[in-house]
Amino acid sequence: MSDYDAIVVGAGPAGLAAAYRLAKAGAEVLVIERGSYPGAKNLSGGLLFGRILRELIPEFPQEAPLERHINRYILTFMTKDSTFNLDFKGQGFSQEPHNGYSVLRAKFDRWLGEKAEEAGATLITNIKVDSLLMENNVVKGIVAGEEEMTANVVIAADGVLSFLAEQAGLRDRYNPANFAVGVKELIGLDRTTLEERFGLTGNEGTEYAMLGYPTKGVSGGAFFYTNADSISVGLVMHIDHTSSHQVSPSEVLEDFLAHPAIAPLIRGGKVLEYGAHVVPEGGYNALQKLFTDGLLVVGDAAGLGSNNGFTVRGMDLAIASGIYAADTILEAKAKGDFSAATLASYKKKLEDSFVLKDMKTYAGAAAFMKGDRLFNAYPKLVEGIFTSIYTQQSTPKENLLKSVLKARKESGVTYMSLGSDVWKAVKNL
Amino acid sequence: MNGLSVPEKLSINKYELDESPHIKVDQEICRKRCQNRVCLFICPAKVYNEQNGELAVDHAGCLECGTCLVACTQKAIDWQYPAGGFGIVYRNG
Ligand SMILES: Cc1cc2nc3c(=O)[nH]c(=O)nc-3n(C[C@H](O)[C@H](O)[C@H](O)COP(=O)(O)OP(=O)(O)OC[C@H]3O[C@@H](n4cnc5c(N)ncnc54)[C@H](O)[C@@H]3O)c2cc1C
Repeated sequence: MSDYDAIVVGAGPAGLAAAYRLAKAGAEVLVIERGSYPGAKNLSGGLLFGRILRELIPEFPQEAPLERHINRYILTFMTKDSTFNLDFKGQGFSQEPHNGYSVLRAKFDRWLGEKAEEAGATLITNIKVDSLLMENNVVKGIVAGEEEMTANVVIAADGVLSFLAEQAGLRDRYNPANFAVGVKELIGLDRTTLEERFGLTGNEGTEYAMLGYPTKGVSGGAFFYTNADSISVGLVMHIDHTSSHQVSPSEVLEDFLAHPAIAPLIRGGKVLEYGAHVVPEGGYNALQKLFTDGLLVVGDAAGLGSNNGFTVRGMDLAIASGIYAADTILEAKAKGDFSAATLASYKKKLEDSFVLKDMKTYAGAAAFMKGDRLFNAYPKLVEGIFTSIYTQQSTPKENLLKSVLKARKESGVTYMSLGSDVWKAVKNL
Repeated sequence: MNGLSVPEKLSINKYELDESPHIKVDQEICRKRCQNRVCLFICPAKVYNEQNGELAVDHAGCLECGTCLVACTQKAIDWQYPAGGFGIVYRNG
């Protein structure tokens, strides 16, 4: 007899969603978290897409510590001297059910942990799981210090570096091409100033995604979210590109914050926290094995992240994978069989859901984003065109076509590459 | 711009300091095989620095992000999570 139906390692959104679902269904579940509370180790940009969480916990919009609902999305192409915005405000996003919310993870994950406990899960914090307990290649439980605990199934919800999935032989050591580094600052700003500055009413919030100058040409981008009385701002930069460009993410962030378009937005703000975290960025093509006898891998640990350049997305995928892992374990429990053959239905559930469908849709995004033009030449091209359109000189104006042609030449973008990039963008994004 | 240095930013964070280091580097590999010293510039917490040609590690400020582990293609870094409850404690995250 095992001590538990399931032991979940890691109290992030993936692990806690699984624990909540299992406990609700009456299973014996233990969650082990190395931080002193859920979220103490966790960081994100902070845009939570709410749809799947609503399926799990319908009352979450009333209960969870949400900062603001996001109803305005701004995409910015930035060079050192200019910014070009695509600004979308969806009135539909202002109505319940909201599309997305800004959240702060130390608060949000902690709340989700409380929900899991209320549902009947046992949560222990301050304990690091050292390894999986294995018998003839079958996962039987976990080892933490001197302690061993057994379970029918272990859920590896231990985040992007997942040492547990590695120990089980489900993933390779890290390939820098499949990961990004995220650096983030939380900047406190009093509520009135924030709302006036961003034109916010009530709990409305704005998301910015910024490409080009923010990452100094390294593939990736900047994010900027309004919270209740603070701003989450940071960068996500592919690790292989950051290495080859030999730039320092913390210094690039400083330069970004000093940009004339950014500095006024955070003026008078006070740094409340500085953090960093690796993000899985390999997408669909880099997915590794998701299960073995007695083990399921969920969330970032399984590489379930999606970045199409405009949004970094992982929390909702993590929650969804936690739900499907829990449902799989409940089926396995009913059958009394926890072998890989039974657990394979977890993969099927992910494939049938938005998780792997969306990841498949954006499968080419990671490679497309590594194309240098997106981050260097195109922001320059846009700058050239609009500088020319809006600059008034004593000489007569060229017509628009001429300006575009000239800007294209100066940006170094060839017609061939422009054509092929537009095609790739349409195909991949 | 706030103009704070990385150490100043780290000093705003909350840490539970673990005396025993959770990061070790294999100096031999660094000396013999490393071309680019990527850890020196890529670490967001500036945990790594060079002292008399040796790589020095100041584990106290580590944000536990794992970037060094991924970026060091020579695998010279032995990096584990700090013991349970120790290390960075995000109050916001
Ligand atoms: C800068 C940045 C911006 C992002 N922006 C967004 C965004 O706007 N929207 C979005 O949806 N996603 C975003 N993401 C991605 C999102 O944060 C992740 O996808 C999400 O946190 C994954 O959840 P998880 O539960 O799988 O893993 P995590 O949240 O990483 O949780 C893993 C947990 O396991 C614990 N743990 C690890 N090892 C052990 C062990 N051995 N023993 C015990 N406990 C252990 C950790 O302490 C942690 O609590 C962003 C990420 C970053 C870094």
